[in-house]
Amino acid sequence: MIPISWYLLLSALLFAIGAAGALTRRNGISIFLSIELMLNAANLALVAYSRLWNARTGQLVVLFVLAVAAAEAAVGLALFIAIYRQRRTIDVNRMNLMRW
Amino acid sequence: METAVFLLFAFLAVASAGVVVAHKNPVYATMGLVLTLFSTAVLFVLLGAPFIATLQILVYAGAIVVLFLFVLMLLNITREETPQPGQPVQRWAAILAAAVFSGMAGMLLWRSYGQASQQPLTEQLVSLKGLAGDLFAEYLLPFEIVGLLLLVAVIAATVLARRPDTDELNATSQERKP
Repeated sequence: MIPISWYLLLSALLFAIGAAGALTRRNGISIFLSIELMLNAANLALVAYSRLWNARTGQLVVLFVLAVAAAEAAVGLALFIAIYRQRRTIDVNRMNLMRW
Repeated sequence: METAVFLLFAFLAVASAGVVVAHKNPVYATMGLVLTLFSTAVLFVLLGAPFIATLQILVYAGAIVVLFLFVLMLLNITREETPQPGQPVQRWAAILAAAVFSGMAGMLLWRSYGQASQQPLTEQLVSLKGLAGDLFAEYLLPFEIVGLLLLVAVIAATVLARRPDTDELNATSQERKP
């Protein structure tokens, strides 16, 4: 039987990879992909804890996270389409209108 | 056997996550995300959550990733535009991510140290009936709120991505004239 802490370590590793990607990429959609990666890592941790304590609550929270991720992806991608129409780019370095 | 499956798919998940983060072409990065999602779905099955694994493949890999690919092909973006070599941002980001990872790893080792290993898998955890019972009894209000959230998101996405009408364009250009 695999110890739960292995799953948690894997989840932390995936989250760190996603965080590094979200911080270093310049393409808006790549940043989005990294955020999805972090959400996925959080889901893995939730299911692992649900297994550890034999409780279904973790799995239920994963359901809600999935729904929120879907909503976030839909609105975010629509925003990128709108920005692309205006500025012909989704490079986040070029979206500096409100930058201090 | 179980350990071998875990190690194989854990490695696959981490490797494809690396592809997601590192590949220049966002289409390949999206494909890497699909592979990561499939590997974590396998891990969900190992953890006794087959329904969550199914949803992961149907909703995430099936719907959300297709949305990503649609937008990528619509905008026709195949590379980063401003590479900006020599910027210290990336180094700081890597340091920050490493700090986050080591912090979480240390935290969970500290928390789970000496904790008894998990009990054998029970029917109660795996059964879809129990999950649905909880969802529609105890978590009914959050469930309804999430449904409303999805509706709002769909409407918002439609409004945002819509091409502005010619009437509206004329109105705004007339406003700007004086």
